[in-house]
Amino acid sequence: MTNKYSPEFGQEELDLLSRLSNALSVSGDEQEVREIVYAELQEFKDSMHTDAMGNVLVHREGSGPDRLRVLVDAHMDEVGMMLTREDGDGLFEFVVVGGIDPRQLVGKPVIVGRQHVPGVIGAKAIHLTTKEEREQVLKVNALRIDVGLGGSKMVEIGDRATFATTLQVLGPSLRGKALDDRLGVFNLIQLLKNAPDNIDLLAAFTVQEELGLRGAKVAAYHFNPDIGIAMDSTPANDLPHFDSEVNTTHNTKLDGGPAIYLMDGATIGDRRLIKWLSETAEAEGIPWQYRQPGKGGTDAGAIHKTRAGVPSVSVSVPQRYLHSPAGMVRIDDELNTLKLMHAALSRLDKSILKSQEN
Amino acid sequence: MTFEILPFLKSMLSVAGLSGYEASIRDVITPVWQELSDQTWVSSHGSLHAMCYGEGAEPRPKVMIAAHMDAIGLMVTGIEDGFLRITQVGGVDPRILPGQFVTVHGSQSGQTVELPGMVVMPPAHLLPKDGQKGPLPQKYLLVDTGLRAEEVEKLVRVGDVISFATEPRELSGDTLSGHTLDNRASVAATTFALDMLSRRKHLWDVIAVATSQEEVGGIGAMGSSFDIMPDFAIVIDVTFAKGPGGGDAVLFDMGKTITNTWGSCDHPALYEAMKATADEYEIPLARDFAPSGSGTDAYDVQIAQAGIPVVELGIPLRYMHTPVEVVSIKDVKRAGRLMAEFISNLPLDFMNTVRWE
Repeated sequence: MTNKYSPEFGQEELDLLSRLSNALSVSGDEQEVREIVYAELQEFKDSMHTDAMGNVLVHREGSGPDRLRVLVDAHMDEVGMMLTREDGDGLFEFVVVGGIDPRQLVGKPVIVGRQHVPGVIGAKAIHLTTKEEREQVLKVNALRIDVGLGGSKMVEIGDRATFATTLQVLGPSLRGKALDDRLGVFNLIQLLKNAPDNIDLLAAFTVQEELGLRGAKVAAYHFNPDIGIAMDSTPANDLPHFDSEVNTTHNTKLDGGPAIYLMDGATIGDRRLIKWLSETAEAEGIPWQYRQPGKGGTDAGAIHKTRAGVPSVSVSVPQRYLHSPAGMVRIDDELNTLKLMHAALSRLDKSILKSQEN
Repeated sequence: MTFEILPFLKSMLSVAGLSGYEASIRDVITPVWQELSDQTWVSSHGSLHAMCYGEGAEPRPKVMIAAHMDAIGLMVTGIEDGFLRITQVGGVDPRILPGQFVTVHGSQSGQTVELPGMVVMPPAHLLPKDGQKGPLPQKYLLVDTGLRAEEVEKLVRVGDVISFATEPRELSGDTLSGHTLDNRASVAATTFALDMLSRRKHLWDVIAVATSQEEVGGIGAMGSSFDIMPDFAIVIDVTFAKGPGGGDAVLFDMGKTITNTWGSCDHPALYEAMKATADEYEIPLARDFAPSGSGTDAYDVQIAQAGIPVVELGIPLRYMHTPVEVVSIKDVKRAGRLMAEFISNLPLDFMNTVRWE
């Protein structure tokens, strides 16, 4: 069986992913991405709604008998910051939302609030530091977001902030912020627009993944699906080892194709679904890799524990430098992930759950 | 030509021009200074000189304005699996580096190729003990260009320079953020002064110098001072503004004042004369203390040939030597205006008043 869907990454796709990546959508305040999802999916407006938490849920019904109800999930939120106190002179104290290594914050341009007001996170001049100081990490409570003298009238405490990064193509790669998980959001939009008819596609654009998979929990409860798939992004730690030893703890590698999860900190992937995805990739000639078993987790961690239990798996685009001012992914890996998901969904029927291989 | 300070300053912040590699920034300044002066030339170390002749009878006295144009940055020391290992050019606190966007200045068939990249921290488990906690030492940081290893090998070599790529951005309250505002804010102020002087009478010859290699020890200023040998020199650089982490040091309110340095590099008579001009024109001018030298070009200008009397001005700047330095445009203009007022009021016998009593 060959799959006719062959996604490309042209100007239109770059524009959409840029809008998604550049949006400020910190966990708990996902409105900007929600608006983009709504605008992109107008054709589904009668089967799309926003739930109590802010998840955007789309029910795309297939045709034909015995359709499997498949939840596909991608989270809309990103790690970021919230302004908590004004110090005067345009300086704001802030806290971090989700997991950001404080070492990534120092000396970075940021954007604040819905208006994307420009600001910076500065650092003491090196000339004024002591050797002892330079051996200490600058803690978040010692840093300030500076929006300029007098402060901006468009900024106030309670506003969210994130890195002022815009998506850029770097040769075969994309560099942008929040590619965890705007790539998933992008892919889920594409899957809806090109959905195969053999399944009911239950699309969940979730909130608050970065705060503990919270949106996915209620989204999965609402849909009550037969199976669940989380599309996310996972670290590619494929950097050189400091003493040139072979790096065997890479988690995933760029150019390795979509990463299928066996086991992470939150879920053991359903054996039947892992087999289905890897066999699809082999049959379609799509490069793929296992994500090395280890810590971490995706929305599958919440989905598989929903109601009486939902067989679940995760598929991720390998990405370097997650939760930093910018991550880096290969365009090929992104397209192959979308290709694999589409091909796999196209060949799915209820027989998958009859197997006793789990 | 009408000179507009903000677009000019932003254009200077959009090029690299690391110490020893100033051609790109010199090329941005040169056409503007050519318009505002009688003659420009480049020193043996790459400083840009612009002469504005005075109206006094020859031999005329001459004043030099020195503002360094070079930038701090990084340099490639090795290439491993397509990742670049780095060292620094000028003083960079490695704590500001992870996650910074940079431009790698590589080459292909003799042509310069600008590759966007990013400074990255390898995950802790790929590092030895001293890289697993605390700030990551520079020796473990890498630059990733997003290109595959074989492509990187073709385009990048050890010794290629890497500049910060942070775009200049206007913040609230007439402030500007970007890399290398140290010291292109002062080059902008100097240009503002030249623009004012181009419309007024001044008896003295004025030679503006955009010096090279200040960040590695006043190298450009050393040679330019020897070459020009002015009667006295104004050295303008940035100074420390109040801001987060400032501690107990004497710091200045950005947007409220510029500074006049008081210390071992500064001739007291020039200090007083500058102060008097600032008072007369109601330009706020605070005293910046540098008893053992100020770490600017002044240190080298003062000891050129048989010695040059120096006065130093400072523009307060937040977050010095980070890619998100911030200055107030008001201060930049103030500094330019003060220099222009000072110079246009210089009598031909002014040096008779620059005495040690």
